[in-house]
Amino acid sequence: MALEPGSPGPQSVVSRPSAWGGLGLLLDTPAKRAAAIVVILAAMVAAPLLGPYAVVILTNALLYTILALGLNIVVGYAGLLDLGYAAFFAVGAYSVGILTTVFGWNFWATIPVAVLAAVCAGIIIGGPTLRLRSDYLAIVTLGFGEIVRIAARNLQITGAASGISGIEQPWLFGWHIAGSTDFYYVFLLLAVIGIFVSVRLARSRLGRAWLYVRHDEDAAEAMGIDRVRVKLAAYIIGAIYGAIGGAFFAVNFTAISPQSFSFQQSTLFLMAVILGGMGKIPGVILGAFIVVLGPELLRDLGSFRYLVFAVGLLLIMLFRPSGIWPSGAKR
Amino acid sequence: MRSEAPVVLSLKGVEAGYGRIRALHGIDLEVRAGEIVTLLGANGAGKTTTLKTISGLVRATAGSVTFEGQELVGRKASDIARLGVVHVPEGRHVLRGLSVRENLELGGFTVADPKLRRERLEHAFSLFPILRERQHQDGSLLSGGEQQMLAIGRALMHGPKVLLLDEPSMGLAPKLVLETFRIIRDLNQTGVTILLVEQNARLALKLADYGYVLETGAVRMAGDAETLGASTSIVEAYLGA
Repeated sequence: MALEPGSPGPQSVVSRPSAWGGLGLLLDTPAKRAAAIVVILAAMVAAPLLGPYAVVILTNALLYTILALGLNIVVGYAGLLDLGYAAFFAVGAYSVGILTTVFGWNFWATIPVAVLAAVCAGIIIGGPTLRLRSDYLAIVTLGFGEIVRIAARNLQITGAASGISGIEQPWLFGWHIAGSTDFYYVFLLLAVIGIFVSVRLARSRLGRAWLYVRHDEDAAEAMGIDRVRVKLAAYIIGAIYGAIGGAFFAVNFTAISPQSFSFQQSTLFLMAVILGGMGKIPGVILGAFIVVLGPELLRDLGSFRYLVFAVGLLLIMLFRPSGIWPSGAKR
Repeated sequence: MRSEAPVVLSLKGVEAGYGRIRALHGIDLEVRAGEIVTLLGANGAGKTTTLKTISGLVRATAGSVTFEGQELVGRKASDIARLGVVHVPEGRHVLRGLSVRENLELGGFTVADPKLRRERLEHAFSLFPILRERQHQDGSLLSGGEQQMLAIGRALMHGPKVLLLDEPSMGLAPKLVLETFRIIRDLNQTGVTILLVEQNARLALKLADYGYVLETGAVRMAGDAETLGASTSIVEAYLGA
């Protein structure tokens, strides 16, 4: 608790954190903006110096960052539980995979289609479900995630169990994005855009509406906020993040298969969001890095590493139930 | 005598319920511009359901609810609120973790004009000075009475034409009950029409212009508040006060 009921007014103005638990304050001062630029520059310079293995791992961490940011809009901003987020990731990846290999499209032209496919899937799943209580969404999304994976596993066009391979890596104004370092920079750029969009959304009118709906749907509705539309917006924006992440994932690995989009993936994305702290962008980034780097850093432990990692996660949740990133107040 | 003002809110044969349980069996009532109308009755009589049906939180299965000539049945709760029918639900629904000011700003969310929002915030603060004092504190840390003021203040931010108040005196100390009723009267005098659900029938009838007594989901009796209040048999039989 931040304050006692009787504490004096002016002091409480200072000590009271923002409604976003610091999220809205992420880039609000010149010093913080400068710090953000330093972090980005450091990420650009340092990674290639760490060697090719580290670059691949960090690229994966950045992919998780993008996906966790997208899922955070659904879970952290709008307060919806999505257990099948990997489905949107799959929709994006398969859209690119099919359109480039079967139909010979240019990668860049497939991105709008991937996004559109994810938006449609979001409307089909979210439209009817979001009218119900939030718990139903968890069940439906869980089913949706599995349906997409099983469909991909059985359809001819998605290459069935072996998936799609030979996806061509894209060119951008004469630059062939092919090496692992190239993709590292692409994902870094995407993550920065993802963060920027998330911050802007949090401060937008829609962000405000999410805040109210998350806290009390009935009160929000009674004040003229259409809860279904507001939640659907979060769900669709989250889907777009997932599809874009999936599209670039497909061209990075040049091969995709159903096992990349399992329920376990959805759980990992959700874990990244919850671990770092729902709704808090720095926390979500931290969560994504922990989920990816944790098992890598513990590689020396062999098959014990997942056990150690799991115990570590449990301890974090036990001692910091609202996430690692500090928020100052109970939200 | 009941006022001659035009009817703003009218319910005709309204039926509604939860799942298979029917809570309202054909409610007819009218609220005229500038009135305070009170809905009385025992627990389970359908008072809260009536308010929820008007504001769209519960869907009417039959009958019609009209506000300024527009049919409300079938509209979304958020649309009904935007028309100016604002519900202050039972239990206040103060948003925990948000400051008093942020709670008030929720009320003004659909008000596009920032100048109007500022004026209304100023108006709410002038009605409830305690809210100004505590504007940066967590709304859920306020006392029961203050939370009630916050809930009403939030509804005022929205600029209601008709305010639906559900048990504003619930759980308040007697002194605060009187204070709350005084505020409701003041609001009414600034031109807000009020439909009030109350347990405290005697007080409600003193405040209101007109009253309806509900029993098991139907209107059992209606009349001028004064007449209803004067009839001791009514008070004893239906109002349990």
